[in-house]
Amino acid sequence: MTNLVIAEHNNTEIRPATLCAITAAKQIGGDIHVLVIGKGCAAAGAAAAKIAGVSKVKVADGDAYAHQLAEPTAALITGLAGEYSHILAPATTTGKNVLPRVAALLDVAQLSDISAVVSADTFVRPIYAGNALATVQSKDAKKVITVRTSTFDKAPADGGSAAVENVAAAADPGVSSFVGQELSKSERPELTSARIVVSGGRGMGSGENFKIIEALADKLGAGVGASRAAVDAGFVPNDYQVGQTGKIVAPELYIAVGISGAIQHLAGMKDSKVIVAINKDSEAPIFQVADYGVVGDLFTLVPEFTNAL
Amino acid sequence: MKVLVAVKRVIDYNVKVRVKADNTGVELANVKMSMNPFDEIAVEEAVRMKEAGKATEIIAVSMGPAAAQETIRTALAMGADRGILVQSDAELQPLAVAKLLKAIIAKENPNLVILGKQAIDDDSNQTGQMLAALLGWAQGTFASKVGVDGDKVAVTREVDGGLETVSLKLPAIVTTDLRLNEPRYASLPNIMKAKKKPIETLAPDALGVDIAPRLVTLKVEEPAKRKGGVKVPDIATLIDKLRNEAKVL
Ligand SMILES: Cc1cc2nc3c(=O)[nH]c(=O)nc-3n(C[C@H](O)[C@H](O)[C@H](O)COP(=O)(O)OP(=O)(O)OC[C@H]3O[C@@H](n4cnc5c(N)ncnc54)[C@H](O)[C@@H]3O)c2cc1C
Ligand SMILES: Nc1ncnc2c1ncn2[C@@H]1O[C@H](COP(=O)(O)O)[C@@H](O)[C@H]1O
Repeated sequence: MTNLVIAEHNNTEIRPATLCAITAAKQIGGDIHVLVIGKGCAAAGAAAAKIAGVSKVKVADGDAYAHQLAEPTAALITGLAGEYSHILAPATTTGKNVLPRVAALLDVAQLSDISAVVSADTFVRPIYAGNALATVQSKDAKKVITVRTSTFDKAPADGGSAAVENVAAAADPGVSSFVGQELSKSERPELTSARIVVSGGRGMGSGENFKIIEALADKLGAGVGASRAAVDAGFVPNDYQVGQTGKIVAPELYIAVGISGAIQHLAGMKDSKVIVAINKDSEAPIFQVADYGVVGDLFTLVPEFTNAL
Repeated sequence: MKVLVAVKRVIDYNVKVRVKADNTGVELANVKMSMNPFDEIAVEEAVRMKEAGKATEIIAVSMGPAAAQETIRTALAMGADRGILVQSDAELQPLAVAKLLKAIIAKENPNLVILGKQAIDDDSNQTGQMLAALLGWAQGTFASKVGVDGDKVAVTREVDGGLETVSLKLPAIVTTDLRLNEPRYASLPNIMKAKKKPIETLAPDALGVDIAPRLVTLKVEEPAKRKGGVKVPDIATLIDKLRNEAKVL
């Protein structure tokens, strides 16, 4: 049995999500190879080789992979699939975009967003916004899996010394091209790997008011998130959204400010170790999952919190 | 341009889902069902394309039990022209749905197929990508903006770091994200009109597709409940608790 883990990286560094997928692969058992797909990604390949438990790193470096478009990337992975029993990727937007395409090309099902490994063919995955946990067994010869990063610890980034091998590019289907991107710039910790997350909801009232969330986050060294309502209203960019259809986070401390606690929001944060809610409505459902709740006006409480730290 | 949209009938997003006592699944009896919210966004986008003169015909397709007719009717009331129901009481997993859609696409030859990014029941987020793979077409997933221009479509995608725009050759697959549009409510006259629009019903067999599930659900359980916490009177107490009780500060 050999697992192939598709790395999430920025050509220079391996992103933490990859380390969580590697932990899932370790629990499955067997050898672990990592595939780094990109352009000018040799440094990321070298970093992958250092991850504890990885026995081989394959690097596919080419123009077609500069933006990891789904069509050429899936074609490459499918071409390399032959020797692997399991193909895994973190359940990031990249993993979710590419892996189902790989699964269909291999004519196998995909297991989305697994939260536990039961055995080499049986996995647990949340369904219905995490209101139910399904234990599913795959009957396919190859398992194609995306991994919920919030429920697997990160494998140690050091300690390994895997061999690095270059692999040739696959034929590019040539049906898509990259036009541009608008990435959110932030000095704050990335949401899905932050130790503390402070999120704001509709109760913030405006994007301008998010400054008080950011001030608290900066005092705490926290990442900043939001509810769908806050994103839809244009207070903050889409990549802040925490929830069933946004990012799944499980920090040590999650602070929900002006968020009512709809099931779709809870789906993205209810596995946090400690949850704090600040809301003026004492009946808000968020208080049912919060370890500590403070009822009151966020415009007074949040600055008070920041100043008291 | 012909546009095909895939619409799934799911438990309404407002329903508090309950796991069955025998752990075989979730309670579906007497539960409100609706169109998957992402599919409403897909229908809305197609209807706007038609209103803008870009789309000529919209076909709404659903796979599932006879009751999925209602979901197709909703799409027709929003502005789709006709419907296709692939009727089956069997469990249909994303790969099977993708294969059924491929078979329908072979007959209908649409230029653009719009699906939701995710069905809120199985939370798979697979079908559109699988369909694109089976057809060898380009895919624009998690779309927050779609612009058809000649034989190409520009899709702005919601990704973890922000937004990314790709250009796809038509025919292509698009899957919707929440910010693409705000779906309309069907007006009463349009609901009446929708009753007269045609729905064709097919069987999976007739499409020559093997729909056998590849994943077997062994059990479905309720997740561990969080213990309800406490309300604290003020920020000073909160900070004290976070420092000395929870030890996270
Ligand atoms: C298909 C689908 C997918 C979805 N996916 C997601 C998702 O991934 N993530 C997500 O978050 N949501 C998601 N939602 C939306 C979800 O159902 C809720 O609508 C949303 O989470 C509500 O956001 P909110 O709590 O900020 O707003 P509201 O529910 O409006 O709550 C605002 C809260 O702020 C409080 N408040 C207002 N003013 C103040 C003040 N001055 N001080 C203190 N408190 C104040 C109010 O008491 C209230 O509780 C999804 C919905 C659908 C249909
Ligand atoms: N049974 C179905 N009938 C019609 N469309 C479906 C069905 N299952 C999935 N889809 C489409 O595929 C999208 C993604 O579903 P999933 O991959 O199951 O999360 C949905 O939003 C629908 O557009």
